[in-house]
Amino acid sequence: MKKSVFLGTLAVAGTAAGFAAADAHSSGTLAQIQERGTLNCGVSTGLTGFSAPDANGEWQGFDVAVCRAVAAAILDDPSAVEFVPTTGQTRFTALSSSEIDMLARNTTWTFSRDVDLAFEFAGVNYYDGQGFMVPRELGVSSALELDGATVCIQTGTTTELNLADYFSSNNMSYEPVPIETNAEAQQQYLAGACDVYTTDASGLAATRATFEDPSAHVLLPEIISKEPLGPLVRHGDNEFGDIVRWTLNALVAAEELGVTSANVGEIGNTTENPEIRRLLGTEGELGAMLGLDADWAARAIAAVGNYGEVFDGNIGESTPIGLARGLNAQWTDGGLLYAPPFR
Amino acid sequence: MATLSDPPAESFRLSQLIYDTRYRSLTIQVIVFILIMLGLWELVSNAIQNLSALGKDFDFSFLGNRAGYDINQRLIEYSNDSTHGRAAVVGILNTLLVAFLGCVTATILGVIAGVLRLSNNWIVGRLMTVYVEGFRNIPLLLWIIVIFAIMTEGMPQPRDFRGDEPEASMILGDSVAVTNRGVYIPNLVFTRSLGGNEMSEAADGVEAAIVPSVSGADWTLILVVLALGIAASIFIGRWGAAKQERTGVRPPGLFWMRAGAIVIPVAIVLIVLGATLDYPELTGFNFSGGVHLRNALIALWFALSLYTGAFIAEIVRAGILSVSKGQTEASAALGMRPSWTMNLVILPQALRVIIPPLISQYLNLTKNSSLALAVGYMDVRSTLGGITINQTGRELEGMLLLGGFYLITSLVISAVMNVYNNSVKLQER
Amino acid sequence: MSELHSETALDSAYVRTEMLPEQAPPITAAGPVRWVRDNLFSSIANAIMTILSLYVIYVVLAAILPWVVYGIWDAGSLSECREIREARYGPLDGHGGGVACWAVLVDRWDQLMFGFYPPELYWRPILAFLLFLGGIAPVLYDKLPRKMLILTAAMPFICFWLLWGGSIWAPVLVAAGFGIGWAIIKFGTRFVGAMTATILAFIVPILFWVLLVGPLIDAFHSVAPIGIESVQSREFGGFLLAFVIGASGIILSMPLGIVLALGRQSDLFIINKFSVIFIEVIRGVPLIVWLFTAQLLLGYFLPPGSNFDLMVRVIIMVTLFSSAYIAEVIRGGLAALPRGQYEGADSLGLNYWQSMQLIILPQALKISIPGIVSSFIGLFKDTTLVVFIGLFDPIGFSNAIRADTDWNGIYWELFIFIGLCFFICCFSMSRYSQYLERKLATGHR
Repeated sequence: MKKSVFLGTLAVAGTAAGFAAADAHSSGTLAQIQERGTLNCGVSTGLTGFSAPDANGEWQGFDVAVCRAVAAAILDDPSAVEFVPTTGQTRFTALSSSEIDMLARNTTWTFSRDVDLAFEFAGVNYYDGQGFMVPRELGVSSALELDGATVCIQTGTTTELNLADYFSSNNMSYEPVPIETNAEAQQQYLAGACDVYTTDASGLAATRATFEDPSAHVLLPEIISKEPLGPLVRHGDNEFGDIVRWTLNALVAAEELGVTSANVGEIGNTTENPEIRRLLGTEGELGAMLGLDADWAARAIAAVGNYGEVFDGNIGESTPIGLARGLNAQWTDGGLLYAPPFR
Repeated sequence: MATLSDPPAESFRLSQLIYDTRYRSLTIQVIVFILIMLGLWELVSNAIQNLSALGKDFDFSFLGNRAGYDINQRLIEYSNDSTHGRAAVVGILNTLLVAFLGCVTATILGVIAGVLRLSNNWIVGRLMTVYVEGFRNIPLLLWIIVIFAIMTEGMPQPRDFRGDEPEASMILGDSVAVTNRGVYIPNLVFTRSLGGNEMSEAADGVEAAIVPSVSGADWTLILVVLALGIAASIFIGRWGAAKQERTGVRPPGLFWMRAGAIVIPVAIVLIVLGATLDYPELTGFNFSGGVHLRNALIALWFALSLYTGAFIAEIVRAGILSVSKGQTEASAALGMRPSWTMNLVILPQALRVIIPPLISQYLNLTKNSSLALAVGYMDVRSTLGGITINQTGRELEGMLLLGGFYLITSLVISAVMNVYNNSVKLQER
Repeated sequence: MSELHSETALDSAYVRTEMLPEQAPPITAAGPVRWVRDNLFSSIANAIMTILSLYVIYVVLAAILPWVVYGIWDAGSLSECREIREARYGPLDGHGGGVACWAVLVDRWDQLMFGFYPPELYWRPILAFLLFLGGIAPVLYDKLPRKMLILTAAMPFICFWLLWGGSIWAPVLVAAGFGIGWAIIKFGTRFVGAMTATILAFIVPILFWVLLVGPLIDAFHSVAPIGIESVQSREFGGFLLAFVIGASGIILSMPLGIVLALGRQSDLFIINKFSVIFIEVIRGVPLIVWLFTAQLLLGYFLPPGSNFDLMVRVIIMVTLFSSAYIAEVIRGGLAALPRGQYEGADSLGLNYWQSMQLIILPQALKISIPGIVSSFIGLFKDTTLVVFIGLFDPIGFSNAIRADTDWNGIYWELFIFIGLCFFICCFSMSRYSQYLERKLATGHR
């Protein structure tokens, strides 16, 4: 009896209303997305600059742009994305249970997540590191002076473990104050319930930018961990994982090659550069190898812009958040962004 | 159902399983049993299939791995090198602590508010109504967050205590510091601790002295002595009651004997151990020394107590109103004082109505303590059911342990309270 | 004396011939002053309590009222709010003070109410809500015409269709299953006997739903494609989500709760024990753990490949959770019925199902309504817990709103608004249930 009565009833009610997704193993995720016509993309429940719904209910942000780019590449429609908000605790289960197709939620690429939790990281869209923010009036200039401090920390993330390692390796004691969301941490920190707030440096900068008096707070020079943040898919989802990986690479390569959302329409035909032509599908068969059509990358770039445009539009120096490119500059400018060649 | 006497010596037919009332109930039960077992088997086999498809196994060995995260409030020794299992135990103890504190405070609050709602003072009655309705009709989660926020916004920071003219100062003779990170109160320490004392290093002009410390053995000893004292006090009380039954005269000074039986042995133990108080003082970022009651604990404790207290207030009010007015009048006619009337006539009768719903409020409070996550109080939901599951990816095992813990706790509370309830009930005629 | 009196009685100016009018009582014994004395200052302790209470009220209001009243309603972001405040009230002195920035509610009103529901379709949830009220009205007020119960029966299906949209045939055919079951009981008893009819009434609809509904929906829809735009569960949010989860939890858990209550009252050993175990296990574990189970584990227990969206899983869990509580409430109602009712039903020769359906349950459910309303209030408040699994209920939305650069740093305004909304809903429900208890109490003495 493969279908118990109860589940059968539910399944019928589900199919009728379009609740039930098809079998994840009978056909690939890519085929499902094309059949469904939307991409289910897991994002954070709200992180300034990375993902948040605006007043019209449209999701905006740096991580959101990755989802939109992938949707544009596969479905030719950057708005064909169902954004699924996930918390630090629920994100991995949502992905492994096929509730979402991919997760683009400032998630650190670590060994155990890649191997033990059985995920496949499609690359890095932001090189980050864990930092500390303190009020200027404390007079602290280095994280090594924080012995005995009370530290606000977001629970359910790698930052907890890094913090424990850092303090115990430097023989310092501390008092952790675990909190659930960035908004809460901000309120605690401003009220002085903790001396230090620690999270990814990008998050610290974003948080500091919204204070009434940002200059009253300093980011300490120590970055105590490597936090390569990137989108991820399930193990065994190689076909779809390739699309996510190369969409991300296309955005990075487009910036390196000078392709922008403004010129992506004609540059493919006018340029002499074979790499740009291969990227934009006016030469070669790259799209077909992915199982998509030729101008998949052109669509992604047209939808959200190249990596530099995404960065500047959401978290760059022209936005309230005001992050510098730093490590996230192209390798030609001394950063770490290095897209593999499109050939 | 009307059972007709069937003619005897009839051979058994299959149709009797449906039409004969003697067998019908059995048939129904067997069918239901088979269906439920099929359903359960379906769930279990699905779980096995899905786990194997994901390449996950089912084992609890992760509890022996290094946890790697820190917990701020630990009632037992714990560091980030300890195991996940130990982290779970720390969480369990924190849950039990806040649940116990909450139940006690909620009862006190609830009884006070319930009695005050019946007060003939119009303003007090209305205020209590506002309190009860406000807490009953707004989600607990909001209350927890709001109370926590009020505490962090409203109290001074530790660094406000610094300087020549500090913005804030300690209260109760410089022994208690109320900050927005928690309340620091003096701690009981011993110069002749059972755990052994260290000597402080001699410096110029300061002789080496014993550093007072406290260990688990000290507290165990005190608690054992206290328990024995209470037992002795109960025994004295019974003896007094028996004597009164026999002779009609209460032994004089019974109350003092009972109090002495509790206080004197504990006092002797404290003197023998050399008890002193360790006062909190401001060092570096925070106060050190003393006991640190963290804001997360206080906020959760307050919110749970106030919220559950509002429900208990209603229960108490209904219980008191359920005792008929004639009882009050009768006891007044006997010439009893109002306080006697309340204690000897009304409350014993109201208790019978109060206790059963009170049990379920205690259970609710214990279960609601799982909202601790909202203020970063590290209870079992945040350690075992939160960080551990998140770091190890063992959802099934972790949730099973978590659910099992809450279930056992609930059943134990129910059982203990039911015993008490039955002891109250026995006085019914 | 008598002499004098008799002679001068009539023309004496010193003797009154009519009664004195009553004088007004002394000022301390009547009117507001007396009320104040009796109710506020009847004893020293009372006077102290009164003064303390007044002081507490003053302190609280003095702290909150200015902040609320001077709040700013017209701004596009928090920084704009701060600018307007500076312009209006001058710069802040030190900590605290300040005024509320209610503009966030204006800006995000739609999201707090409906989540991501398409704005052009807002009439649908509103209509569904009105229908819901219309559907429960005859249950709550027995003065209304009994014909309205038809609306009650149809309400869940209509509301479901309005909220999620899609083909009209899905709710119609699912409802038809119930119709089939009812018809079998009504007409089949004559042909196959009560027992078999009852069993069939359970089995046939289930088979109908499992085997026929899916294809039938497609068939009907291809013939007569009537439907409205379908809306995904993920578009739900804010108070709409809280209401949908709360209401569907209660509606769906009613039948299950009744079955569990009957099972717990039953003499049949196995059924009784299973009901007890189910109820105790569900009630012994906090809802938040069940919600995490829905989020993390429910997928493991479903057949490989089936995958419901999160909201449906939450509704399933909430239904199971509240059914255990409803079962206890109804068990209380069953226990409160006088023994004579059961005996009377037996003496009429009714079988178990008939006696339950015609005599016991109608009375027991009526007694249980206040308890059911309290359960609903509790469940509605508990919907806030879904914030922990990433659904956007009002509190979840308040976090998302704070993640927007416009409103980052806004704190109290959202919580106060959400708390106020919950208070209004729950308070009116609890008042209703108190009214009902009073009404029932008079009916039973």
